[in-house]
Amino acid sequence: MKTTLMTRRVFLAALLCLLVPALAWAGNLVSGQRFGANNEIVVTFSEPLAPAVAGEAANYSVHEEADPDIRLAVSEVVLSEDGRTATLKFPAPLNTVKTHVVSMAGAGAAESFRVSKSYFGYLLGILISALLINNFVFTKYLGLCVFFGTSKRKDTAKGMGITFTIVMVASAIMSWFFYQFILKPFGLNFLQIVIFIGLVSLTVQAVDTVLRKVNPALFNAFGVYLVLVIANCVILAVPLILADNEYNFFETVMLALGAGGGFLLALYLMSSVRERMELANVPRAFKGVPIAFIVAGQFALAFLGFSGLSLF
Amino acid sequence: MATDKTNLQLVVNGILNENPIFRLVLSMCPAVGISTTVMNGFMLGIAVLFVQVFSSCTIAIFKDKIHPRIRIPTYTLTIATWVTVIDMVLAAYLPEAYAKMGIFIKLIVAFAIITMRLEMFACKESVTASFWDGIGMGLGFMFGMMALGFVRELLGLGTVLGYDVLGFKPLLFFILPFAGFFCVGLMMGFFNYIEARYRRAKRA
Repeated sequence: MKTTLMTRRVFLAALLCLLVPALAWAGNLVSGQRFGANNEIVVTFSEPLAPAVAGEAANYSVHEEADPDIRLAVSEVVLSEDGRTATLKFPAPLNTVKTHVVSMAGAGAAESFRVSKSYFGYLLGILISALLINNFVFTKYLGLCVFFGTSKRKDTAKGMGITFTIVMVASAIMSWFFYQFILKPFGLNFLQIVIFIGLVSLTVQAVDTVLRKVNPALFNAFGVYLVLVIANCVILAVPLILADNEYNFFETVMLALGAGGGFLLALYLMSSVRERMELANVPRAFKGVPIAFIVAGQFALAFLGFSGLSLF
Repeated sequence: MATDKTNLQLVVNGILNENPIFRLVLSMCPAVGISTTVMNGFMLGIAVLFVQVFSSCTIAIFKDKIHPRIRIPTYTLTIATWVTVIDMVLAAYLPEAYAKMGIFIKLIVAFAIITMRLEMFACKESVTASFWDGIGMGLGFMFGMMALGFVRELLGLGTVLGYDVLGFKPLLFFILPFAGFFCVGLMMGFFNYIEARYRRAKRA
């Protein structure tokens, strides 16, 4: 009984803490701001405003925090009926990673506020994107050899996916260090492919040795496929992508985790279907690999549904 | 150990019996990812042919010097070197095609087919045999990609190599990215069916 009371008190306290910033905001005219769709900023006001003030595109001026000289034109402002929410629309998609500064004129006094995504949300966004929206197997079509080779049984799929994720994260971190501190300073960018694949082989060799000692059963189950991790496009694609996009350390870890997790997810989904398919009456010409491709195509179609997803 | 096949047999073997895409089911990523047109398939096929032939020859020349324990990393680094060469050549001379191919040129390093041919063939055979085997495998890959590209371009856009052939677009579905999976699956099933029919006809 006592513990539940305590929990409730703690919960209430936490709720209060959450509410405090909202109370502090109430003094201001603008009570909330966020990015809407990729070319929208949604502003919430603490009191209803007249459409002539808040609904006029000319009253707003928007720029990215980093370059105040480049003004982003607001093409249209839609004010909600109660006059408390204005949606600023832009002709081109905004770079929602950057912090934007919005200045408002004419509302009694000039008001200026900043719109940004939290960095944590941005990192999670990279993870979710690599996991679902840009799933390496189903929307980027990479790593298919290993994908079709090891998705026959669930156990193998799980083991392969987890090993792959570990190798992926380790080699991506090493690649990032090499790229940032050796390749870039010395202008050796043309060696990218050779260095990255060398690092991957090194990691694979290490995992091979460790796994052989720690879990011989799992090692036997993989057979040739641990070697084939080297022959998996995803493991090379991730270092190349992070070098192209100049990702920092945390972004790199998130991308690698997302890529590995996405591969694990794809393998697990596929192996579940293929186990059931063993029992299905498939035309003889399509038995085995061809039907697996068609199933993968259906998965790819389903993953297309994630394309508009944006959580943060 | 030398192979008992003639050079021509080696080439034909790569194109038909051991076609990398439809028979060995290796290097599926580009087959699904960028086989939307015949031209794409041809360009990537050329790059793979180049890398395969040169890596096969390199390994065949140095096969006695390579310690068996480190052979896989050696293969990988050899392939990576030749891929860097073709990557830079294409980026310099054919920037448009290179941009279309995107990351796939660099990813030739990770194509299972090349490593597998080095492991299965080039490290045991003479330089000449490896050369012809490389040609066969490269051409097999190229023809596989072009066949896929042909089907997808014809059914999706009604064109072949950019020229309008049909005058209408029968199934726009096939040009969409994910249709690569369906296309590969259907064509593989179709070839299996043809082969089964052929075998039965031969026996009867």
